[in-house]
Amino acid sequence: MTGLAKLTTTEAKLFFREPAGVFFILVFPVLLLCVLGAIPAFREPDPNMGGARTIELYVPIVISMTIALFSLSGLPGELAMYRERGILRRIATTPVRPSMMLAAQLIVFMIMAIGVTVVLLAIGRLVFDVDLPKQPLAYFLMYLLTVGTMLSLGLLIAAVVRSGKAAGAVGQVLFFPTLFFAGLWLPRAAMPEVLRNISDFTPLGAGVQSLTDAASGSWPQLLHVLVMVAWTAITATAAAKLFKWE
Amino acid sequence: MAIIEVRDLVKRYGDTTAVDGVSFSVEEGEIFGILGPNGAGKTTTVECIEGLRTRDGGSISVLGHDPADDSTELREVLGAQLQESQLPDKIKVREALELYSSFYRSPADWNRLLEILGLTEKRETQFRRLSGGQKQRLSIALALIGTPKIAVLDELTTGLDPAARRDTWSLIENVRDSGVTILLVTHFMEEAERLCDRLAVIDSGKVVAVDSPAGLVSTVDDEQRIRFRPSAPLDERLLLDLPDVCDVQRAGSHIVVTGNGNALNAVTSLLARKQIIAAELRVEQASLDDAFLALTGRKIDN
Repeated sequence: MTGLAKLTTTEAKLFFREPAGVFFILVFPVLLLCVLGAIPAFREPDPNMGGARTIELYVPIVISMTIALFSLSGLPGELAMYRERGILRRIATTPVRPSMMLAAQLIVFMIMAIGVTVVLLAIGRLVFDVDLPKQPLAYFLMYLLTVGTMLSLGLLIAAVVRSGKAAGAVGQVLFFPTLFFAGLWLPRAAMPEVLRNISDFTPLGAGVQSLTDAASGSWPQLLHVLVMVAWTAITATAAAKLFKWE
Repeated sequence: MAIIEVRDLVKRYGDTTAVDGVSFSVEEGEIFGILGPNGAGKTTTVECIEGLRTRDGGSISVLGHDPADDSTELREVLGAQLQESQLPDKIKVREALELYSSFYRSPADWNRLLEILGLTEKRETQFRRLSGGQKQRLSIALALIGTPKIAVLDELTTGLDPAARRDTWSLIENVRDSGVTILLVTHFMEEAERLCDRLAVIDSGKVVAVDSPAGLVSTVDDEQRIRFRPSAPLDERLLLDLPDVCDVQRAGSHIVVTGNGNALNAVTSLLARKQIIAAELRVEQASLDDAFLALTGRKIDN
């Protein structure tokens, strides 16, 4: 087996040995969607939400939350810890480059995240009668863009925060405002206009709206795409400049 | 021909020069030690050889490769054990070995490595549950897994108890006997004396001597100290009159005689003539410690 394939399977095994990680990334999103769907009012059209059913709005929010959980509270802490403990340096002395370790972690995450997303869409469709995305291509592209935006942000945290514990903490602190503007506590449709205008310019606010638009059959708004592209460009460039393998 | 050739190596961190013109060469099949106090520049030197750091001056050739070229070829033939490098907590010994095997073109049989290193029973144990000695042995296994021609071992036995340290030493000798050249970084005199064929003594970023341990010891005066308890009273002046003796001291019921090369011979024949038995006889000779003190003007542990 090649280095990358072996690294990926090893990282996957290690992922499954951390009960907290497995719970938050694989179980919690599914649980949360079911709990929200269990609220009868959320299954009825709501004039406060522009006539949409609240549960419909929550499917992309929970999907975004999965992405944020890994990107902000998983990846930066893990990567900084691998650097802190000399694991990346140790790999640098072998024929394999330490960037392969990052690639392996991203592959493991992408497989998990896509898996959870499929499960969430299926539960939405089968249990709560939420339509599958009406613009599947746009939905898929916006999904990838949202993932790219959040991962770049997570990598920037790993680049600027030295220790594993601190990087994990910074990620968690950023997690809450990010999710707030994504509408986890108050969906964008119900936000006062000022909040919604701020949300438009946050990475996950733009991500959730793009997914919502694609789900309802229209192409995402240019503003939200540009916001995510800008966030990705800035954070990824800074992360690439500042990241140290040791 | 030398397998590692270091010439006038310079490495700076900001204003401080960590390595200041270090030169030495390592011959194929030897255990070459880099000995010096903490902060002397030992680790920086080997990290330049491993390609982990970019040097600021001088040249390095490892089996014809320049580590600065960042070549995969070099990393295929050089195995490294880093100071304070760990593995993920929950990786099993077997998984770590399988993983690192997959990095190399012609990996070693890791089952055999486990056997040699006495880790066979720990195959399915997670890294965090290994003892310090077991972790150290695993890191040696990982340094050897690519069937390297050179193994660089940095502070290999730090933190090990004396028994584990001795076990590790005989292990390293076995590795050398299997044809691997070993570059060993250490600040333990005993380790350097026991293991190394040749040594570079480094202090404040400079090489102060390169020689075999015995060669280094012979550069200091061949002074000996003879300590014994005489079975009958003995006039100290008789001892002082001996040609090779330069000092006689009393320490309680013991006599301590300091002299050069032949002092022991002279003292024992004097005692024999006087029919005095030397009880609790001990002879102390110059050690690598004394050589280090003479070379650098200080003790290594300071």
